[in-house]
Amino acid sequence: MMTEQHLLPSGLPRIERVQMQGIVKRFPGVLANDRIDFDVGAGEIHALLGENGAGKSTLMKVLYGLYQPDEGQVLLDGKPIEVHSPTDSIDYGISMIHQHFMLVQNITVAENVALGLRSTREPRLDLDVVSARIRELSAKYGLQVDPQAVISKLAVGERQRVEIIKALYRGAALLILDEPTAVLTPQEVEDVFVIFRQMAAEGHALIFISHKLDEIFALTDRVTVLRDGRVVGTRLTSEVTKKELANMMVGREVSLERYRPPVEVGEARLRLHHVNAVNEDNHPILKEVSFEVRSGEIVGVAGVSGNGQKPLAECIAGLQRVQSGQLYLEGRELTNLSPAAMFKAGLSYIPEERMHDGVIKDFSVAENMILQDYIHPPFSRGIFLNFRYIAEHAQKLISDFNVKTPSRETPVKNLSGGNIQKLILARELARRPRLLIAAQPTRGVDIGATEYIHAQLLEQRGQGLATLLISEDLDEIKALSDRIIVLFNGEIMGIVDNDEVTVQELGLMMAGERRAPVI
Amino acid sequence: MSRFRRKRFVSDRLWDALLPVVAVIAALVVGAGILLLQGANPLEAYRAMFGGAFGNKNGLADTLVKSVPLMLVGLGIAIAFRGGVINIGAEGQLIVGALLTTYFGVQFGAHFPGAIAILLGLLAGMLMGAIWGAIPGVLKAQLGVNEILSTIMMNQIAIQVGFYLLRGPMIDPAELAAGTNIPHSARLPKSMDMPRFTDLAKMLGLPGKAQDLGLHGYAADVYGVLVEPTRLHSGFILAVIVSILVYILLWRTTIGYRIRAVGLNPHASRYAGMNVKSTMVLSMTLSGAFAGLAGAVEILGLHHRMFEPTSVSAGFGFSGIVAALFGKLHPLGIIPSSILFGGLLVGGDKMQRAMQIPQVLTVAILGLVVLFVVSTDYFVRKRQNRRVSVEESPGEGAVPGPTPPLSPPEANA
Repeated sequence: MMTEQHLLPSGLPRIERVQMQGIVKRFPGVLANDRIDFDVGAGEIHALLGENGAGKSTLMKVLYGLYQPDEGQVLLDGKPIEVHSPTDSIDYGISMIHQHFMLVQNITVAENVALGLRSTREPRLDLDVVSARIRELSAKYGLQVDPQAVISKLAVGERQRVEIIKALYRGAALLILDEPTAVLTPQEVEDVFVIFRQMAAEGHALIFISHKLDEIFALTDRVTVLRDGRVVGTRLTSEVTKKELANMMVGREVSLERYRPPVEVGEARLRLHHVNAVNEDNHPILKEVSFEVRSGEIVGVAGVSGNGQKPLAECIAGLQRVQSGQLYLEGRELTNLSPAAMFKAGLSYIPEERMHDGVIKDFSVAENMILQDYIHPPFSRGIFLNFRYIAEHAQKLISDFNVKTPSRETPVKNLSGGNIQKLILARELARRPRLLIAAQPTRGVDIGATEYIHAQLLEQRGQGLATLLISEDLDEIKALSDRIIVLFNGEIMGIVDNDEVTVQELGLMMAGERRAPVI
Repeated sequence: MSRFRRKRFVSDRLWDALLPVVAVIAALVVGAGILLLQGANPLEAYRAMFGGAFGNKNGLADTLVKSVPLMLVGLGIAIAFRGGVINIGAEGQLIVGALLTTYFGVQFGAHFPGAIAILLGLLAGMLMGAIWGAIPGVLKAQLGVNEILSTIMMNQIAIQVGFYLLRGPMIDPAELAAGTNIPHSARLPKSMDMPRFTDLAKMLGLPGKAQDLGLHGYAADVYGVLVEPTRLHSGFILAVIVSILVYILLWRTTIGYRIRAVGLNPHASRYAGMNVKSTMVLSMTLSGAFAGLAGAVEILGLHHRMFEPTSVSAGFGFSGIVAALFGKLHPLGIIPSSILFGGLLVGGDKMQRAMQIPQVLTVAILGLVVLFVVSTDYFVRKRQNRRVSVEESPGEGAVPGPTPPLSPPEANA
């Protein structure tokens, strides 16, 4: 094999080619990977595309040593290798960057990188050596990272660079990137793509897991689509269209366009008037927030994660105390009422952490459908639950909202993310709300379910529902909103008409550039 | 493929159900090693144990008598666990329940007709237990005090308050008169004795002897338990009825729905508008109420007077936790598991006497059983997690997995 002249900038040998051949992985009752062939070479970015449950993570866990394949083999530069644990895979030069960063918050970058590695002078630490190597790597790869910085002080984009440095430090020649852009602003995505492209150019092999089609076209050379545990096809990215990929992924014709018909906007349903809120440490998390949402409109709330979106939703839902200011629902002041009172007044809320806050995963589908209203007739009769009605109700919502579940008695934890989100949407819309807060309604949801959820939101808008759509996915905000509020640091940077703003302008506002509010 | 799926499903459920039994056997095997070290024949020892607990009339009766407090305490424990709070204070709740029942019985019992006095006595025990449970509940909800610590503290308070009362205000006047000063209360009026099985059999006019029905052998023993004079009292029937009522409460009512929802996911419950704090207080209060009821039944059905608090509670507040876990925290599972644990308590005693082995050894073997049984939960959960993670990865066709141990299939009927 070619070696000497083919070193990576990190000074380690490159991996010319990794091939996964005929990988089969069975779990009790399911075939997660069915004879999958996949390969990636030095200098290439190969996308792995597929809906949730298509088998992407299983395949990558096999490569990373977290699972053992039942059949098939992995070849590294032509030689079969056995990877029994992530330690093995790191020894082979294979590293994975997870969607959720694996960093310890209150220690420095250098300490995080050194974590789990042997010091050069045991038992004492060698953080100076680690720091020097980090500086060397960041210079060679153009990754700006200060080894002395404490993680909790870093922005999300910087944290991701730390993860990349960590992988390079451990000698990664092949990097598996698991939805690396999920938490970044459009600008940060562009920055990290520059880094990925440069790494490929230097001879690294990259596997890019995503379900965002735009990113696949912006970054990758080849794309392999998985569906139901099988390879649907592998294409050169330059020779395939977005629509083709979407269809391959879902297995049927899907629509990527959202048609937002003109709707007569009605009276103000929700009005916030100079709302302020603070967290437990008394730091302001919402500052002088004022806006309204009217009947028949979807108001999008854009912003980088953690800029006040969650407190905003929770103030309206009565889950977070409003420190000052007023909140009106249909003209009645309802500031600081209990969540139960807000629901009674006509609020429906799809919380952002659906597994955590939206459902009880050990409860059945039917039980989850009555989470707010279990106590009211006809779901109850006196103190007893009315099981017949609860079952009918669940059955109706399952078929009306196309929730795929073996039965209404199945525990919700056995449903896929998209179906859980459909269940929550069904429950919230069946309550006939006057105002809907939808927080990240399609995060982690596959294309098919996303299409469905968007259609439902637009349909309800047509029927006069007022919707506050909170999303970190700018495409979603752009596709559905009539007006867009941009939050930064708990403050409104501007309220703009969707038809008069570009993604770039929104990106700047998300980064803290103020624009005079329009309405 | 679908056949494969179904088969796995059945064997998984079967395995989950069998695990506790396997655990008991494993514990007994390890216990056999200890017995051998002591020079005792394990087979004989275990024969003495199971024979003593289940093999004859008096053993069976004693086993059922012991199962009553285990069952009632276990029900309370199950409610707490289901509601997401941990109640280690059943011991104290049982004691204060027994104290108030005794106080009521001695002071006022004679003023009421028997049945009403018994009913009021039971309610008094429940009320006192409920208060004793509510205190740690409120402390947790309002101040975030860890309920495990506070319930353990409350146990100590209950024990010491009990000793104080029995040495002073509640002491039997006869003891004072005789100058012996043994700390126990006066006997409750006879009208407040809960009827024994033999009394009920007489009321129903059942033949008083097994031989009258032509029964022999073990069948005669079993029949004898029901009709002949033993210590077995109607508290057992009450405990079984209460188990069914608790099942209905947890799985058929809006209150039970709320308790289970908060226990499984307090966040989602809060987001759904439920009052999580008041639900926690409610779970602890109900939990204490059933432990208090256990104390009341021990007094009215068995002892008929209060004596040293720790002898009345006899560790039921703790062994009830084990019975509850062994019954998978399900009210209907707690019925057989309490009987089994009652049997282990009785049989342990018999084994100790028959084999001349030190008492600590029986305690050690019972401890092993508890340890093994509680540990199985870890395996059940691990297997469940594995199945769940498997089912998550192929999201498309959610596989009908078995329900977790904390939400039995009846839940959705």
